[in-house]
Amino acid sequence: MIESTQSHSAPTPQALRIAKLQRIQDFLFHAITQFFALSVLIALLGIMISLVSNAWPALSTFGPGFFFTQEWDIVNGEFGGLIAIYGTLVTSLIALLIAVPLSFGIAVFLTELCPGPLRRPLGTAVELLAAVPSIIYGMFGLFIFAPLFAEYIQPALAATLGQIPGLGILFSGAFNGIGVLCAGLILAMMILPFIASVMRDVFEIVPPVLKESAYGIGCTTWEVVKNVVLPYTKAGVIGGVMLGLGRALGETMAVTFVIGNAHRLSPSLFAPGTSIASTLANEFGEAEAGNHLSSLFALGLALFIITFIVLACAKWMLNNMEKKQGLKT
Amino acid sequence: MKSFLKKALVIGAISLAPAAFAVDMTGAGATFPYPIYAKWAEAYKAKTGSNMNYQSIGSSGGIKQIKAKTVDFGASDNPVKFEDLEKDGLVQFPAIIGGVVPVINVEGVKPYELKLSPDTLSDIFQGAITNWNDKRIVLNNPGMKMPDLAITVVHRADGSGTTAIFTNYLAKVSQNWKDAVGEGAAVKWPAASSVGGKGNEGVAANVSRVKGAIGYVEYAYAKKNKMTSVSLKNKDGQFVQPDDITFAAAAAGTDWSKIPGMGTFITNASGAKSWPITGASFILLYKNPENKANAAEVIKFFDFAFKDGKKMAEELDYVPMPDVTTDFIRKNVFSKVVTK
Repeated sequence: MIESTQSHSAPTPQALRIAKLQRIQDFLFHAITQFFALSVLIALLGIMISLVSNAWPALSTFGPGFFFTQEWDIVNGEFGGLIAIYGTLVTSLIALLIAVPLSFGIAVFLTELCPGPLRRPLGTAVELLAAVPSIIYGMFGLFIFAPLFAEYIQPALAATLGQIPGLGILFSGAFNGIGVLCAGLILAMMILPFIASVMRDVFEIVPPVLKESAYGIGCTTWEVVKNVVLPYTKAGVIGGVMLGLGRALGETMAVTFVIGNAHRLSPSLFAPGTSIASTLANEFGEAEAGNHLSSLFALGLALFIITFIVLACAKWMLNNMEKKQGLKT
Repeated sequence: MKSFLKKALVIGAISLAPAAFAVDMTGAGATFPYPIYAKWAEAYKAKTGSNMNYQSIGSSGGIKQIKAKTVDFGASDNPVKFEDLEKDGLVQFPAIIGGVVPVINVEGVKPYELKLSPDTLSDIFQGAITNWNDKRIVLNNPGMKMPDLAITVVHRADGSGTTAIFTNYLAKVSQNWKDAVGEGAAVKWPAASSVGGKGNEGVAANVSRVKGAIGYVEYAYAKKNKMTSVSLKNKDGQFVQPDDITFAAAAAGTDWSKIPGMGTFITNASGAKSWPITGASFILLYKNPENKANAAEVIKFFDFAFKDGKKMAEELDYVPMPDVTTDFIRKNVFSKVVTK
């Protein structure tokens, strides 16, 4: 049929013109989308270059030791990033330790156990929590959570976990409310909806037939989740956790409100500390050009690198898992 | 690019100017005097039709902006040194006076009831005194029952003129503080309990939420938020409460005409009624400004503020500059600015 139409009708000039126009359109479309995609790369490169060039004076003055020095003395011009880097990592770690199990529970309940009519309202509530601006979390943290935390939770923690030899030092010190642990808890609250909603979404894509077969051979809900749902959705779950971690690392306003903004390294989680993002938020506007400003840029670079490493690790883990998966089947 | 923008602005200004003979001045800097500058600007606009746009971006920001020549005047709580003024071709004058007050959150202690000597105050902020029932605090306050409560020091987390005034005072009264910490818009706070808050409101929020906290804020801010302040022992050995009278007394003891560039903190001033942590907020102008019409208008604006703005300043709990000083400023500072 096709051959016959081609054979006895040569392309008319009109058809040729349309074809030419289409080719130009295609070319333009290609070029434009390529330009858009490249502009992301250009922006990334620009950020990298400006960060490094602005951070260079500090890095060359203090050397690579900048990232391992805990001095932050604006009057005498001595700067090191250790306290802020430590604060960023520890608050994010606390947030993950709390948010991941909780989100997992929420997601399992919503997909496997929740009665139908409750499923939508609960799911929407979790998503709404993600839409709350971070400054609101900060205000909630400082004005409502921190006083309660100091009044009830800190004494309770000190009386229980604080008594364990070795671990106890993490839960010692004055009950201020504000501090590294409080910042970690607020962060946990902030990243929980992200992780939970991603987990829920990926749990939902598990083919029902797989789960039903498992239930059919007498598996409990936990066994189904552990042996069917989780292996099937690993990539998505890790992606969700990394998304949450990314937000925790870069969170600025909420952390600034509750972390205490003190450039001091303390073994206790009750003690005030500082994070990279909160240091930048506090000091950038008023920093004098010179080592102070440059050190702030170096901190920004450190945050950039940390986030990059986290993303790279996530990608690497996913790749590795897929390979293993490939070997198994 | 810059020159293009400038041209565009100039053309814009020229095309707008004849409409009302009104000038749009811009200023940027310290947050502390913002309420009074805004009020003066409103009154000035009502009188002359000229606009004064002030952006309260912080003292260091104000100095940066005037150096970058993006504004007609800069404002800073942290005075610029005379050498630096000369180097950049700037003039400086104080425009308004205010005070910094320690605020506390100790249950049962009434406003101004607690008396602190300079040593006690600096020891508290240095972390040498860590409990409210410390005998040095009790020694300042015979007969007062102080609770067994840990002290939490609250300071500004961002760089601030308020911190500059406060640490300048501590460095003046305590050699120990001067050696160990120093002074500046942001310092390394030594107390193990210290917590930073962003802005006056951050310090205020932390002080009112943490039991046993002590911090420092601008007087107007403490008053507006009904925070508990303390009485301090001044240079003459008298315990004084912060208010416009004690601020004015401190300012009266300062002979601005003797200070090159007028840049000084009025901390630890002598006089029986002087509040020891008083400070002025300064204005920076170019001696030979690019936009002469605007500079002339800025001078007219502050002349108006010195003359007719006193009442407005007092209403907002600031202390206006004394007449002696404003006369000196008119004769010796305004005259240096080339406006034609």
